[in-house]
Amino acid sequence: MAFVALGPQAPVASQKPTKTGRVALYLLLPGLFYLGLFFLTPLFSLILTSLKAPSATGVIGRYDVALEIGNYGYALGQYAPQIFRSFSFALIATVIALAISYPIAYFIGVTARNRPLLKGMLLTLVIAPFFISMLLRTFAWKQIFSNDSWLLNTLKDIGLMGADSYIIGTDFAVIFGLVYNFIPFMTLPIYASLDRLDLRLVEAGHDLYANSFTTFRKITFPLSMPGVISGTLLTFIPISGDYVVASRDFLGSTDTAMIGNVVEANFLRIQDYPTASALSVLLMAAIVILVSAYVRRSGTEDLL
Amino acid sequence: MKRELPQDPMLRDLVQMARNHQISRRAALAGVGGTAAALTLASCAPADEGQVAATDVSDSEKVLIWHNWPAYMDEDDDGNYPTLERFQAESGISVDYRIEIDDNDTWYAKVKDQLELGADIGADVACPTGWMASRLQNLGYLQTYDNDNMPNKVANIAPSYLGSAEDPDRIYSIPWQAGFAGIGYNKQAYKDATGKDAPGSMADLWAAELKGRVGLLSEMRDTVGLVLLSQGIDITSSSSLSEDAFMAALDAIKEQIDAGQIYNVRGNSYLDDLTTGNIIASTAWSGDITVINYEAGTDDDPEPFGFIFPDSGATLWADVFVTPNGATHKRNVEELINFYYDPANAAELALWVNYITPVVGAQDAAAEVDEELAENQLIFPNADTLSRSKAFRSLTGQEEQRFASAWQNLLLGA
Repeated sequence: MAFVALGPQAPVASQKPTKTGRVALYLLLPGLFYLGLFFLTPLFSLILTSLKAPSATGVIGRYDVALEIGNYGYALGQYAPQIFRSFSFALIATVIALAISYPIAYFIGVTARNRPLLKGMLLTLVIAPFFISMLLRTFAWKQIFSNDSWLLNTLKDIGLMGADSYIIGTDFAVIFGLVYNFIPFMTLPIYASLDRLDLRLVEAGHDLYANSFTTFRKITFPLSMPGVISGTLLTFIPISGDYVVASRDFLGSTDTAMIGNVVEANFLRIQDYPTASALSVLLMAAIVILVSAYVRRSGTEDLL
Repeated sequence: MKRELPQDPMLRDLVQMARNHQISRRAALAGVGGTAAALTLASCAPADEGQVAATDVSDSEKVLIWHNWPAYMDEDDDGNYPTLERFQAESGISVDYRIEIDDNDTWYAKVKDQLELGADIGADVACPTGWMASRLQNLGYLQTYDNDNMPNKVANIAPSYLGSAEDPDRIYSIPWQAGFAGIGYNKQAYKDATGKDAPGSMADLWAAELKGRVGLLSEMRDTVGLVLLSQGIDITSSSSLSEDAFMAALDAIKEQIDAGQIYNVRGNSYLDDLTTGNIIASTAWSGDITVINYEAGTDDDPEPFGFIFPDSGATLWADVFVTPNGATHKRNVEELINFYYDPANAAELALWVNYITPVVGAQDAAAEVDEELAENQLIFPNADTLSRSKAFRSLTGQEEQRFASAWQNLLLGA
């Protein structure tokens, strides 16, 4: 859905249905098979697991097929703060990433349009972080933010930070890490939209006595909306489920757990598969609702 | 979204054809239904039948695969394992030594499906912690070792490991290394912060001067065990260590977390926090502190980090050899165990990994190499040291589930 918005907006070709062919079915088969095997099967298994009840044998990690709707109630009741935190973090990080990415994308796609070398270099810089594993980059930030690091010592020396304050494990550290990791996902789709921006329209706006702000508001920004929507979706959805940055082994602490961390703990540490599955289903449902409301509100269904 | 049709007439026809063929919704739903039915059948796990050990092919295949924890094998400067190489040369058995266990729970999550089916977990022998081994034993997942094949083990195992109700002769699980959990601290930073030389009790970790600079191990039995001991609970007894007592200890830890006293609760990475200065003191594993002293120590200050038993006592744990039913080289494993129960080999290993060896006589063998280390109470504890440490009692399945859930929820802030 989101990726389609990256494509060119071609006029819709009108056509009437003709005879049905077998070829199409054969062409579709691999795709359907893929979808069935790797999406529907796990989804079904997930929902089935989310309704299981502990086995009567009392063995850890063993569950029987049941219809235990209460798992959802427990998951919601027990982990409401973590669910709320996930979406707040995702929202804040998405907004910050948008604020940072839009000017970058504008510069690469519009300002540097006629300077291919500069443009290529800047694009490489945006993509460069992908060359290094995300885990390593997050670990690097952990080092940079650690209590005895050069950065913190300097901040403390010049009085910007209290002597016993710290960064790792705070909301700031986690949101910073999330924004940092997802900026390329925001920048690239916006760049793709702005790169195709017809500058004659902006020119026309100026000819009609609109000032720079108005041309941006009425022409540039609306025309870049497909990129903004894709970018925000590509950022918001993965951040809501991210479990690396906020984990206690990276930038998080016991105060920053997000849904992903809760699922990880329930799945791997205490073998509570039903609760973990119920949380995953809830996360998925919440994202579908939030995203469809967002897409509907921004009036861009036809773009997606 | 639709795209313009291609100009080429043939391609145009093909695309048209592909677009016009639609699969009806009903057909799609029927497909889903079919998949669902198949899955329901598949998810009916086989009934729990008594497992039987796989046929041992050790006589024809002189190999074995060993899953173990990091930093748990003596290593020379080139990254070779001297004792293990000697074993391979002496026995003709080639050992595939893999560092696969980082945490008991995540290891269990990885192998539990194979264990449940009695299938091969990809290892002939693994060394989880004792409580995890009891879980595997109670579920009937383990093969029994044959004492006749391990004369060194029979002769040299420390008597304190024998006679438990669960496995009196140690034939399901045999100790590999043991260790203490106590308090590890940065000597200089601790003195600068508190004015004292060393912490003495768990209460010292809660001192106001250390706010935000205290770490805790995420291993439940060690951290909660230490707090329980400090509250006067006997963690070896099921009447003293009740569910109420356990939850009360969690409340005490939660209070410290909420107050901002605790910097973080981590697994083995607490060592990074200690060495980078993020924390000043932490609940810690004995051998680790010796290892980071090797790395961080200088000529002026050979031991910048210290390890103490809290006055209320330390926790004691042991990692054990186990061979699951699916493994096909048990006889080779027995030979391996026999090798490491030779005091000379055990001493060489213990002097490198710095954990407690379960082998009687290893101390004398170690004294011939390094007299000072042979007196180290963390490697060769005497009766007095051992009497100040306690092992967390075994938990029933339900207790385990409730305790572990409560502990993980505490760590998630839930």
